[in-house]
Amino acid sequence: MSKIYKHHLFWPLCVLAALLLFNLLYSPDFFSITMHDGHLYGSLIDILNFGAPLMLVAIGMTLVVATKGIDLSVGSIVAISGAIACLTISKGTDQNALGLVTFSILLAVGLSIILGAWNGLLVSVAGIQPIIATLILMVAGRGIAQLVTDGQIITVTSTSYSYIGSGSLATLPFSIFVVAIALVIALLLTRKTSLGLFIESVGCNPTASRMAGIRATVVIFAVYIFCGVCAGVAGLLLSSNVSSADGNNAGLWYELDAILAVVIGGTSLNGGRFYLAGTVIGALIIQTLTTTIYMIGVPPEITLVVKAFVVLAVCLIQSETFRSSIVYRRHKRQDTMKKEVARRVS
Amino acid sequence: MSLNRKYIPIVVTIMLFLVMFAVGSFRYTGFFSFQVLMNLLIDNAFLLITAVGMSFVILSGGIDLSVGSIIALSTMISASLVQQHGWSPAIVIPLVLMMGAGFGSAMGAIIHYFKIQPFIVTLAGMFMARGLCYVISIDTITIDHPFYTTMAQTKIPLPGGNSLSISAVIALIVVVIAIYVAHYTRFGRNVYALGGNEQSSLLMGLPVARTKILVYTLSGFCSALAGVVFTFYMLSGYGLHAVGFELDTIAAVVIGGTLLTGGVGYLLGTFFGVMIQGIIQTIISFEGTLSSWWTKIAIGLLLFVFILLQRMLSAKRSAQKQV
Repeated sequence: MSKIYKHHLFWPLCVLAALLLFNLLYSPDFFSITMHDGHLYGSLIDILNFGAPLMLVAIGMTLVVATKGIDLSVGSIVAISGAIACLTISKGTDQNALGLVTFSILLAVGLSIILGAWNGLLVSVAGIQPIIATLILMVAGRGIAQLVTDGQIITVTSTSYSYIGSGSLATLPFSIFVVAIALVIALLLTRKTSLGLFIESVGCNPTASRMAGIRATVVIFAVYIFCGVCAGVAGLLLSSNVSSADGNNAGLWYELDAILAVVIGGTSLNGGRFYLAGTVIGALIIQTLTTTIYMIGVPPEITLVVKAFVVLAVCLIQSETFRSSIVYRRHKRQDTMKKEVARRVS
Repeated sequence: MSLNRKYIPIVVTIMLFLVMFAVGSFRYTGFFSFQVLMNLLIDNAFLLITAVGMSFVILSGGIDLSVGSIIALSTMISASLVQQHGWSPAIVIPLVLMMGAGFGSAMGAIIHYFKIQPFIVTLAGMFMARGLCYVISIDTITIDHPFYTTMAQTKIPLPGGNSLSISAVIALIVVVIAIYVAHYTRFGRNVYALGGNEQSSLLMGLPVARTKILVYTLSGFCSALAGVVFTFYMLSGYGLHAVGFELDTIAAVVIGGTLLTGGVGYLLGTFFGVMIQGIIQTIISFEGTLSSWWTKIAIGLLLFVFILLQRMLSAKRSAQKQV
């Protein structure tokens, strides 16, 4: 019993279950899923579909956090990737042409590899603190995205492009499959090869790992590239879902939501340990929370206050000092109670 | 060269400012005037005040992401109390300042006593403050109280037909006090020591807990003051005021030559960091054909150059130590 209690997924799953339970009590048809034109519809499907970009970004972020790093530039990469894809498609003569869409997707992914490599280069080779190194791209990236879209919102009318974000495969939204593929790739690479061990070891102590023969620089470099690609693909999902690219607002606050998802999932910001499944659940919690707040009819902006409390609570639970201070108090109280009982008895 | 190595970043910052001003003066007519310099102060008064608070936080080895949201919250509380509840600004402004200081010290206490990274605590603070704005109201609240409009419109005449706004004067006073506090008081030295090495400061018997909490209190207070100044500037309260402002502030501090690992930097550098950001915007507006997003790209580039410069300097220093 105590083993279940101590499993790293226990608390995140509890929170998710509690949220879903609340929704069920609040509106009983929350769980109903209907079949319509060969697509499944329902709140749960919506949560999965709208949460897909966040899950993708958070998966990439998990690996970065595991190396004791952080990537603040993901939101900007989301915006740039969506912008470049939409720009390429809108310039084409036949927007539905599969070749053009494939080319634009490859271009966006290629660009996000370059951006991820830039971050990786600054962190691993130049040795700059991750927060600061990625801050550069976070500030400049927003500007680049606006430069690409020329400050406008680019709309495209390509059915093949909008398939990525709003199409469906085997009755489920296509974006879920994209996330699943990314998750499987990340899981296989980190759990079935020694790469995961390398990442955790670099996160614990880069110098010791280097002495042990791990090429820390290469590992860190690769992790930032992976994070960049995840953010880039998330940008594609996001822009294709609404068939437009907005350099100003696409992916705004994504870095914070992604970090939040990672932290809720049980990955410590101190590096050295990571849980990909936890991250996915963390992202789902955030999306469910947003959906719930929309449903209750509270202004969506208040989500921020709730998020603040969630972050604080999760961090306090993770904090060694906080836990020991609580345990200490309980022990102290029990001790005094025992003494009191002993005194009375004697 | 007899120039001390520790002065190199600040000298580079000041030189850069002078060069940019010179280039602007040669390229554009009407750029070379005292009023342009004064306008830099007027338009960036709130950035300057926030950056002062942020400098202390960064000098102590921390970071504060909540500044933009506290500014928004201050504008919102001021607007709501003055406009909708009819309170007097004489009560509202001290109240807002206390709110900022209290918010900051709460974050500082959590950071210190529970040993959670400042990044994540102030991130929660940022969400919280921004969310509280919307709890008050989702819409913009315009202020037309005579006190605020007077504060916004009053111009302090300077010799030569130039003028300064009250906000700019407040900002300058804050900078002067901050320079004094940072370099000539016990608290200032404690902050530098804390940023240099927390473990050593603790062993030396410095009041680490008090200093750390005070630093965040100071930053919260400065943000609230910046919020009050921002209210004079915008004459409204809105939850979306100063979005992304924390990054501008951090960028200004870094461009000012303060080391992000803490312990090294000057308040005067921060002043010039803010002025450089201001002059970039001024140049872009003088150029006319360039769009506003070039500001972001330019600031990103500058950040990159300065971080690399700092990196090179600290690498040199550690290499010297090893020899």
